[in-house]
Amino acid sequence: MGTTASQLGKDVLSEYQELTFLTKQEILLAHKRFAELLTKDEKDLQYTRIPMDRILTLPELKSNPFRKRICHVFSTSIQKDGSLTFEDFLDLLSAFSDSATLEIKSHYAFRIFDFDDDGTLDGGDLESVVNCLTGDTDDTRLTTEEMRQLINNILEESDIDKDGTVNLSEFQHVISRSPDFVSSFKIVL
Amino acid sequence: MASITVKVQEERGHVIHAQSQLDAQETGEEDEVSVSQEEYERERHRGKRRSGDGERKKRRKRASRAGEREEESHARPERREKSRRRRRRARDDEGDGDGEGEADERNAKGKKKQGSAKKGEKEQDAEKLAVEEKPQELKKKKQKKKVVETSSEQETSEVEDNQKEDNDETEVRPESLSPEELETLEEAVDERKKLIQGLRGKPWTMKKKLLTLRESQEFVDKYEGALGKGKGRKLYAYKVMMGKKWMKFQRDFENFKTACIPWEMKIKEIESHFGSSVASYFIFLRWMYGINLILFSLTFGLVMVPEALMGRPYGSIPRKTVPRAEGSSAMDFAVLWDFGGYAQYSVLFYGYYNNQRAIGWLKFRLPLSYFLVGVGTVAYSYMVVIRTMARNANESGVGDDNSFNFSWKMFTSWDYLIGNPETADNKFASITTSFKEAILEEQESQKDDNIHLTRFLRVLANFLVLCCLAGSGYLIYFVVRRSQKFALDGLDTHSWWERNEVNMVMSLLGMFCPMLFDVISALENYHPRVALQWQLGRIFALFLGNLYTFIIALMDEINLKREEEQIIKFNITIWEAHFYNGTVSENSTAPPITIQPADVPRGPCWETMVGQEFVRLIISDTMTTYITLLIGDFLRAVLVRFLNYCWCWDLEAGFPSYSEFDVSGNVLGLIFNQGMIWMGAFYAPCLPALNVLRLHVSMYLQCWAVMCCNVPQERVFKASGSNNFYMAMLLVILFLSTLPAIYTIVTIPPSFDCGPFSGKNRMFDVIQETLESDFPAWIGKVFSYASNPGLVLPFILLMVLAIYYLQSTSKSYKEANVELKRKLQTQNEENKKKNKQAALKAQMDLEEARQAASHTAERQRNNNASVEDQEGWEEKQGSSHRLSHGRNGRNPHPPVRDQLPATSACLSRTHHHSKHGAPGYLPGLPRQSEPRMCRVPSLQRH
Repeated sequence: MGTTASQLGKDVLSEYQELTFLTKQEILLAHKRFAELLTKDEKDLQYTRIPMDRILTLPELKSNPFRKRICHVFSTSIQKDGSLTFEDFLDLLSAFSDSATLEIKSHYAFRIFDFDDDGTLDGGDLESVVNCLTGDTDDTRLTTEEMRQLINNILEESDIDKDGTVNLSEFQHVISRSPDFVSSFKIVL
Repeated sequence: MASITVKVQEERGHVIHAQSQLDAQETGEEDEVSVSQEEYERERHRGKRRSGDGERKKRRKRASRAGEREEESHARPERREKSRRRRRRARDDEGDGDGEGEADERNAKGKKKQGSAKKGEKEQDAEKLAVEEKPQELKKKKQKKKVVETSSEQETSEVEDNQKEDNDETEVRPESLSPEELETLEEAVDERKKLIQGLRGKPWTMKKKLLTLRESQEFVDKYEGALGKGKGRKLYAYKVMMGKKWMKFQRDFENFKTACIPWEMKIKEIESHFGSSVASYFIFLRWMYGINLILFSLTFGLVMVPEALMGRPYGSIPRKTVPRAEGSSAMDFAVLWDFGGYAQYSVLFYGYYNNQRAIGWLKFRLPLSYFLVGVGTVAYSYMVVIRTMARNANESGVGDDNSFNFSWKMFTSWDYLIGNPETADNKFASITTSFKEAILEEQESQKDDNIHLTRFLRVLANFLVLCCLAGSGYLIYFVVRRSQKFALDGLDTHSWWERNEVNMVMSLLGMFCPMLFDVISALENYHPRVALQWQLGRIFALFLGNLYTFIIALMDEINLKREEEQIIKFNITIWEAHFYNGTVSENSTAPPITIQPADVPRGPCWETMVGQEFVRLIISDTMTTYITLLIGDFLRAVLVRFLNYCWCWDLEAGFPSYSEFDVSGNVLGLIFNQGMIWMGAFYAPCLPALNVLRLHVSMYLQCWAVMCCNVPQERVFKASGSNNFYMAMLLVILFLSTLPAIYTIVTIPPSFDCGPFSGKNRMFDVIQETLESDFPAWIGKVFSYASNPGLVLPFILLMVLAIYYLQSTSKSYKEANVELKRKLQTQNEENKKKNKQAALKAQMDLEEARQAASHTAERQRNNNASVEDQEGWEEKQGSSHRLSHGRNGRNPHPPVRDQLPATSACLSRTHHHSKHGAPGYLPGLPRQSEPRMCRVPSLQRH
């Protein structure tokens, strides 16, 4: 694996192509963009972790309300600080790419929405999601009454086994019917 | 810990007793592992699997070298993957501990990356090198050594080592394998291959995927060679190699294909600024461009180029020459701009083509080609549109049912492509409103304060719109009739406006009527989505009305031209007779006097006229679009931007503001433009070329305009829902625009002195002619039989029946779908009931236990206040659990048990997730039950 800081090795590249939904050009572009995020003293691209703050300066993620969650979900860091290696970054782009399957997209969407990482979407998670979606300003926020109603409605619809939370399979069931999900769950560099 | 790690690994490499030591170690360190961070847990899962693999391989090796060892009695040497898998399950509990130990090991390594562990590793590696002494591997190792940084890397090298040692051993005896062993081996290899293929669809981290890939690849590489025997083996190896090459080629080709998609970056930029709906317009535009490119290459390659190269040159025959009367002004720009003069007498229009059956040394059948290209254009367009529609419908799936309204709003409303803060703000606002609207709708489904007023206003609005439509229709009809009068008078006597009246009026109507509709629709007070649909419908009607008025007027004109043609035809015969009579009588021996082709009188050639009309229409339409773009968007943006410094109110936020990009209007414009192309392409082969040019310029101009002078829409609509809507519109337009074209082709006889079909009774006679003269007689016979009504009618009947059959089956499928849905619901209900019962029962038990406990506690410690306190705390804890987990919070065990069937039912229901759905939520379950588990002993304690 002759990986240097400046370019990807050929076999690594082909492995990445095998393992992600990205094309060669996309991987190279991702590589370039990732290398731009590195500071000067961080030479070794493949194993450096870029802290979350710096990842979030990417314009593609900057205005996304779920940006922190996205970093946390794709980060393999032990400290859980949302920092990404290049491989994590590729994982991210692969899941958000055009050709990724509904299945993998919905899996990651679920984990992004699962704010407390407990494997189910409970009331708290749903509330966080709504708050993310309605933005930070006060005039767009929902009142507590509206919030309660909304969450009740959502649970009513998608909580099939009625345990008060939405689990992954229920989530995927809901998502798979949606006409918009695959087309909007995309990030391209 | 690091030293232990190194030691363990060394032992793995060489010593056989590694297992026992690991086991011993694992018990000591298990507690540390169970500090259950998620990271650790994932690591553990991974480690389990991997160590299982390593373990197995090791065992095999051991067994083959020293199969008599007693300690291996529980792990008999087997090379078959299948049995291995079976055994893995059986050995899982054993391997579990092993895995944990290893996970620990890895964590330790991860923490002390730069520490002594690494050093130790390197030494160890070197040692291994010395032992193995293989030059290739040496090279590989050295490479690896460079990157030995993370724990995973070490793991890989280790695993590979194991496999390599395996390799040495298995390669010796592929022949000694029995057939069934070979078969199982093949199965295993196939399975691995499948694993490799499906790897990218797994929600694992890259490290894990990489590892699995390398492992499986190794396995496949190793055992693939062993498959097949003797001659077959070579062939098999060749096949495998070719398969690999083919895969690589496919991947490269795929890469190449995506690299060839034009304007991808531009569209992505727009996507990130304005969201997917605006980008959908540009994707549509690009798609349209592709289609037009194909249409263009058809007409250009099969009609225009052959005629220009091989047909008779310009000026050789009357139809290819500018008439004497027009000759003086034929090169004027004004005339050329109107597509008269030299432009009219060129390959651009129908009239230029000669009716010679075969041209040039290729004997190219030009009339036939002309006809077939015309038909092919339409057929290809139908095919493409319908195919795209079907694909879109497939992709969107069953998006029609409204049962997940709220959840969809919640989970799928964010457009992740948005990268512009302004767009994001708009999106926040629109999502909030949609939430609020949905809540309101749910609360009170219908609230009509003054239904009569709304009704009245809506009727009024529709009336006004109808008036608009009728007015615009009449205006166009009037203008076209007037232009015919002008045309009869001759063009030179009129001003520019009078000559271009028709096109200008049509373009202006198309520009201003939609605005009028917009104003009118404010009366109606519809929901914005409904309002948008109405608006689109009205614009559609307007365009369609205009187009058809135009066509009807054109038909009138065609009829006029044909009457004129009759007169001219009669005159020509007289003229010819007179001419020849004169020459013959004068001198019979002299060579016949050559007449300049420009002097020959000729008919009006209605086909060229139609083509010219369409070309002019397209040109003026394009111009209006561009000018509106420049004035309406660019100038407005410039004014707003710079006048804002010296104005009394805020121009940017206030009245004029910047314009929004009108997706639906632009799409409609594009669709109608395409409709005109389809309509006119038969009579003006240059139309697709013009359209390609127009779309190309549009792409750049509009991309630029959008990025520089438009602001994101206030209401960000979704792209996906409307995609098929646009396609359906395109299909309707395609149908409506081919209708008049086909009508004219079939019913009106072609002009007598221009075009490829001159001299024939009908244009499609060219087929007949070709069949008779170019094909053997029997084909003509077959054709005539096939076109016999006796055969055609049953065929049509059969098709109708097939359609009926397919429709009824699709209906029955739909019914089955509904039925299944109902079944699902009842099952849910049942599950719910079961859950409730179990919960109730558990609650009872709990209550009893608690009572008993409190009784004993009471008895044991008489009136102890601290007990009371603890009770109270317990109660609180319980109630909080109840809040967060519903009624399951109270009972520790049953929910876990009950949830499993329920979730697995879900899994099997959502069929395409069932394979991989499990790993995602399974980790959730034990953790979910953890807090409750803890509570059980605490309850029994007092």
